[in-house]
Amino acid sequence: MAKNKSAMIVVAVLLVVVVVGAGFFIFRGPKETEEILTSAGLKVAMVTDVGGLGDKSFNDAAYDGLKMVEAEIGAEIKVVESSKMEDYVPNLKSLADQKYDMIWAIGFLMTDALAEVAEMYPEQKFGIIDAVVEQDNVHSVVFKEEEGSFLVGVVAGIDSKSQKVGFVGGMEFPLIQKFEAGYLAGVKAANPNAKIYTAYAGAFDDPAKGKELAASQFNIGADIVYHAAGATGLGVIGAAKEKGAGYWAIGVDKCQHAEGQVGEENYVLACMMKRVDVGVHKATIEALNGDFTGGVTELGLAEDGVGVCEAAEETASAEALAKVEEFKTKIVAGEFVVPTNPKDVN
Amino acid sequence: MGEDLKKDLFKDYGQKLFFPLVALFISLFAGGLLIAWLGENPYIAFRHLFQGALGSATNFGETLVYTTPLLLTGLSIALSFRCGLFNIGAEGQYIMGMMGAAWVGSIFTGLPAWLHIPLTMGAGILSGCLWGVVPGVFKAKYGAHEVILTIMMNYIALHFTGYLVNYILLAPPGYLPATRVINASAKLTRLLPPSRANTGFFVAIICLVMVYIFLWKTKWGFEIRAVGLNQEAARYAGINVTKNIVLAMALSGGLAGLAGALQVQGIQYRFNDLFAFTGYGFDGIAVSLLGNNHPAGIILSAFLFGSLNCGALQMQSVAGIPKDLIGIMQAVIVFFISADYLLRKKLEQPLGEEINVRRGSAGQEVAK
Repeated sequence: MAKNKSAMIVVAVLLVVVVVGAGFFIFRGPKETEEILTSAGLKVAMVTDVGGLGDKSFNDAAYDGLKMVEAEIGAEIKVVESSKMEDYVPNLKSLADQKYDMIWAIGFLMTDALAEVAEMYPEQKFGIIDAVVEQDNVHSVVFKEEEGSFLVGVVAGIDSKSQKVGFVGGMEFPLIQKFEAGYLAGVKAANPNAKIYTAYAGAFDDPAKGKELAASQFNIGADIVYHAAGATGLGVIGAAKEKGAGYWAIGVDKCQHAEGQVGEENYVLACMMKRVDVGVHKATIEALNGDFTGGVTELGLAEDGVGVCEAAEETASAEALAKVEEFKTKIVAGEFVVPTNPKDVN
Repeated sequence: MGEDLKKDLFKDYGQKLFFPLVALFISLFAGGLLIAWLGENPYIAFRHLFQGALGSATNFGETLVYTTPLLLTGLSIALSFRCGLFNIGAEGQYIMGMMGAAWVGSIFTGLPAWLHIPLTMGAGILSGCLWGVVPGVFKAKYGAHEVILTIMMNYIALHFTGYLVNYILLAPPGYLPATRVINASAKLTRLLPPSRANTGFFVAIICLVMVYIFLWKTKWGFEIRAVGLNQEAARYAGINVTKNIVLAMALSGGLAGLAGALQVQGIQYRFNDLFAFTGYGFDGIAVSLLGNNHPAGIILSAFLFGSLNCGALQMQSVAGIPKDLIGIMQAVIVFFISADYLLRKKLEQPLGEEINVRRGSAGQEVAK
């Protein structure tokens, strides 16, 4: 017992020495942050929402945009991931303290946080995706998801053999409802008799749930299911693959044909591209060139911010693709306005 | 005699602090190895971790922001532990507390702050309480297992609040899945600007003191602890076990609910649709374990976890170390704290009897 006690005291003393020593070194050492501040060259950073990198959706797409900037003009890029909602403000602040030339907040979840930080750093340039922050130093980029969804709806309406199609959403809030509204309108425009099933998974990270919902839509007769559900949607593609020939999934955000490939067959009919990368890239280059403007940029079909992926030429019918071009021209010309709320689709 | 008492106290605290400290240093060491393995400099990484947490008044304030909810969720779990219950539901109670506070904070207008602030906190406490009482009653009356029940209650809270925020309490015009911002009269005063530290921290500290007094200086607290030590003996001694289980779960839920309310009143000012669990309830389990299920220990362990979480932000943003490293380090700490039960047995054979009895009862409860 006595031996143990003296051993404990020795260890305790050692610990104290280490702590004090470490603290001493930490405060005495050169200030790392200042070194970084004075380094030359352009620097761009982004803060992810709680989804983080690897979401195969807008966080990854935004990162692609930054990588384009890096390749093009050699800017230094940095990604900071958030693990909690409370992290948004300190992450944005920390990057602003490091005087990045442009800082991106990715996703509408960061609306409040960016509004708070942008006010604290009026000289700092910020950008946000999928939401609008009305301040002079914030460039907001939003997308007309309904227009792209309309076009894949047209594809579904024409290519459905059973005249029944499905939609699986992640969570039922306005942003995802824009996808639904566009899709519903597209299917109806191409095929007024088609029946449409819609379901919401209640999660963006639950492929099993996505698979279950898509499988049940396939079982009641649908042969094409469009998803706007992030990683949950991977289950929708999985369900189409499991069903086999004649059943299709429609991908979202990025080109997801790679996910639908089984040997020679592909079970992804088309994908609704949402070019977050293009939005981030364009606005960043503008900002770095000194052409930064606050305000809102809306990217739709006309700006190539949304659209149908090229790989659809292999899988969708020529008839459907011709119809897509026809509607695209009309929408770009402003002759046709796609609804943004499912309630407005008749 | 005074001298002896002091010595005993010192020895007692020394022993209680010893294993958590060893665990902390092993985890720092393991973290350092991992950083080196990632090809980064552990010295620079830890310097940023330290500076990010405590390097300036603002950073210290932010550390308090991350510490405050853990103080209360840790305390919530410790209180249930003391009654022999394993309340995994602090997460759901925390979420309900946030929702209750966001609702009461935004619907009442024109109230003075001295009334609106406690009212909003009360709403959070009540919501959390409700989420604790339900499994408490099922446990006490029908012997249902509180671990299963509270886990399920977490999911109900997550999806129920998701429904409320998207359909009932959605702030117009509805672009954001969030409730309306609470009124200024319900917001807590911020300290140390530009950090987000606020008076909620003091509320949490007051709760820690109150729970300490309640558990160790009152008859009710004694009864709860007696039930925790040995239910059958407590029943034999005439203690109403059913009542005490429900009471402990109600208080435990109320504390976690208060944590949620403070987060809304001090930091977020509204309820944002969560999409996933916040983690504060689950981290509270680790905080409570590390703090030896005692209010004094919880202050230290919550502050440690708060510092790690806050410092990790700068470590990631300046030194480029992934945030997941902190998660790994916390897991290592918890791992060694659990292992310490075994080690302690070996080291403190003569002294350890009492501790082991206490541990034993909580342990059985968990294993059952």
